[in-house]
Amino acid sequence: MSPLPIRSRHVERFLTLRRSATNHLVTGLAVISTIVVLVPLIAILGYLIYKGASSLNLAFFTHVPVPVGETGGGMANAIAGSSVILGLASLLGIPLGIGAGVYLAEYARGTWLGAGVRFTADVLNGVPSIVMGLAAYALIVAKQQHFSALAGGVALAIMMVPTVARTTEEMLATVPNPVREAALGLGIPKWRTVLSVSLRTASPGIITGCMLAFARVAGETAPLLFTAFGNQFWNFNVNQPIAALPLQIYIYALSPYDEWHRLAWAGALVLMVLIMVSVTLVRIFANRGVLKGGD
Amino acid sequence: MGSNPRSLMNEPETIPLSPLSPEARAPLAALKPIVVHQAAGVVAVAAPAPSSVIRDFLQAKSSGRVADGAFASVMVVCALSIFAIVLLIVFVLVSKSRLSIHAFGWKFFAGQVWDPVSGDFGALPFIYGTVVSSILAVIMAVPLALAVSIFLLDICPKFLRGPISFLTELLAAIPSVVYGLWGIFVLVPIIRDQVGPVLEKYLGWTGLFVEPNFGVGMFTASVILAIMIFPVISSISRDVMRAVPVNQREAALALGATRWEMLRIGVLRNARMGIIGSVILGLGRALGETMAVTMVIGNHPDIVKNLFAPGYTLASVIANEFTEATGDLYLSALIEIGLALFIVTIVVNAIARLLVWAVIRGNTARAH
Amino acid sequence: MGVEIRVEDLNAWYGTVHTLHDVSLHIPANHVTALIGPSGCGKSTFVRCLNRLHETNPSARAEGTVLMGDIDIYKDASPVEIRRRVGMVFQRPNPFPTMSIYDNVASGLKLNGFRKKRILDEVVERSLKQAALWDEVKDDLKKKSGASLSGGQQQRLCIARALAVDPEVLLMDEPASALDPVSTAKIEDLIFKLKSQYTIVIVTHNMQQAARVAENTGFFLMGKLVEFAATAKIFTNPSDKRTEDYITGRFG
Repeated sequence: MSPLPIRSRHVERFLTLRRSATNHLVTGLAVISTIVVLVPLIAILGYLIYKGASSLNLAFFTHVPVPVGETGGGMANAIAGSSVILGLASLLGIPLGIGAGVYLAEYARGTWLGAGVRFTADVLNGVPSIVMGLAAYALIVAKQQHFSALAGGVALAIMMVPTVARTTEEMLATVPNPVREAALGLGIPKWRTVLSVSLRTASPGIITGCMLAFARVAGETAPLLFTAFGNQFWNFNVNQPIAALPLQIYIYALSPYDEWHRLAWAGALVLMVLIMVSVTLVRIFANRGVLKGGD
Repeated sequence: MGSNPRSLMNEPETIPLSPLSPEARAPLAALKPIVVHQAAGVVAVAAPAPSSVIRDFLQAKSSGRVADGAFASVMVVCALSIFAIVLLIVFVLVSKSRLSIHAFGWKFFAGQVWDPVSGDFGALPFIYGTVVSSILAVIMAVPLALAVSIFLLDICPKFLRGPISFLTELLAAIPSVVYGLWGIFVLVPIIRDQVGPVLEKYLGWTGLFVEPNFGVGMFTASVILAIMIFPVISSISRDVMRAVPVNQREAALALGATRWEMLRIGVLRNARMGIIGSVILGLGRALGETMAVTMVIGNHPDIVKNLFAPGYTLASVIANEFTEATGDLYLSALIEIGLALFIVTIVVNAIARLLVWAVIRGNTARAH
Repeated sequence: MGVEIRVEDLNAWYGTVHTLHDVSLHIPANHVTALIGPSGCGKSTFVRCLNRLHETNPSARAEGTVLMGDIDIYKDASPVEIRRRVGMVFQRPNPFPTMSIYDNVASGLKLNGFRKKRILDEVVERSLKQAALWDEVKDDLKKKSGASLSGGQQQRLCIARALAVDPEVLLMDEPASALDPVSTAKIEDLIFKLKSQYTIVIVTHNMQQAARVAENTGFFLMGKLVEFAATAKIFTNPSDKRTEDYITGRFG
């Protein structure tokens, strides 16, 4: 039997110290990195509040933009326009998305078609939003020869469908199968089981998913650049170009006028507040849904 | 011997049945609300009036086969809409870029000149800009994302975990245009006035950080992109690392590993593929990011080494020039760029998703 | 009020796995029939074939004849129609989590379109009394959700829900295996009281339970029905050696 190699005490101590030092170094780096990452977040949010809050007044929410050189004015038409576009997008995108999600969770578990739809939805979620805008442009704007809120709504709807489908599917998957079997065992037809048992049980989570999708598209600018196009005035006609909050922020940010920059900050603050409210509501809903659904 | 059940059975007195034969069903019209009072606490022996009412009602009801079929069909149509969306995008983009494909062929992607005036369109500057800004963003974001993931996974005290992970997810919720706004008015001056000179002084010899530096340029765009893709990489890495079975960590600790060694051996090594997947996903996101990049990259189709010089990306040129494009060829060239962007991001995302899916599947399977 | 069930040469598959082999038996009306056997012997599968619930698994298949009264449940009726006549109680209580106690019990009727409130009230009260749960919940019928009850109460709620549709057959798949002894005793009591009105088939792991409640018992082993006889005979003088081995605890 060969003798065990004996390292001198000094080498042992050195190795142990080195391992310990590395450990501490990494721990330190991890902590520092977290701080480094949180800094821009707080910087952005803080700066938003600082620059935007002062410009938020009643006029912002009720007036349309005024000509360059004048002060005052607001983004009321952009907020209204965003509402129209988002309403359209939700009307088109959410039902399709929920339907696809129901299909994936209740009819297609383990099938190849289901896997294909699921994979395609995931991949679609990664496509840049400007491409959706291009598709809506080619589909609607090019044919109609004018920009419209409808085109903007369709572009955003295309973005919502895969997102809503996947979250709906995931929420439905949390409904325990015995609950479905109980309903089927009572002689309740499958369609009624899906509607009144599965969907009803998963509804808090599904609503959460829809809100998340809504918050995500509410901040999108790129797909609206050449579909909704923007509008300096009030417009509620779906077939006309229409203003939108993120679009207006973009236009104002790039302009050379200080007054418009001020409005851009205010608009960005409003947008962030809306999104943060949605995200927080989502978190509250998600927790409640999990607890309410029983174990 | 033998176990013929029938021979062992006592046939019980068979009670008259209520079969499904039509004559036995009471007509539905006979359904009237019948109030039957039952003594409290007595287990009701099938009170005949409500019972037969219920049985008759249920037996008269259709089996719902038609409704089932209709409902299922509607759901299938909704699901197929996802395929339809992809096919629609492909069809529409291909048909509208045909003009440009015809005019330039493959040379489109090698052409360095983008001159709308003369009608000469080449996409190389945008490819260069997209690739460089995205790769730089990934180089900056990955170490940070991994470090934060490790922090949240293991080092962070439990009560802080929720708030901090919420904050990092908040980063993902900030719209691109708000990043751009902040970029123009805050980041650009910082890069121009404070960070730029420092980089020039120490790293100027590489040729990457030289004058002129106006703040807008490739470097600024990369920094903003890094911040934007950080949440994606971080949260998926955390999911993948969490999916590694706990016994791997315990095994490392039992061998006397320090915390970092335990993470390295027990977690990171197992989660390697998934982390790579998350990085590729982050890359995919960076490739397609439009608004924030457009606002801080300078929008100049040049290919230079200097990172402080303005650049241009595939998404930015579309965002910037589409509404002002004159002429069908110009428009078609832009749409061809959009098609290229679409295909590239789909491929990158598909690869990433497959990797992440395979790893999480593999690890949860191993844990059982 | 119950109906007899005749099973002839029933075979079942899950995908390519042959789970039931040529099972034939006669379940008499208004009696309790127990099915015993070791884990995985097919007794649950068999019971799920009786209300065609095994079909909800897309890879499942069944062949053979199952006559309920004089209806062949596979040829003469749809699964939905059969399940309205056959009630089922599962191993783990599964009340509908978003519905109140009242709605849970009434669900078999309400979700099938029955609207008459007076009759629903009667039915809910009657079913809860039959399930020996009425006194414990009568003040909270619409206020408490089905999932807020204890395990034993939930299972009795599920029994009430199954009884509310006035089935002719009641299938119970190890109804007390997830419950504490007190709840188990209550449920066995229930079965005893109900058997005069329904045909009851109970799958159980617990031989003593079978001995306590059932008139007839069938012993399943590896997808085959080995022996079916009066409970007393099965437990004191079984005809098949395999039955004897199981009863005396040599396996399973």
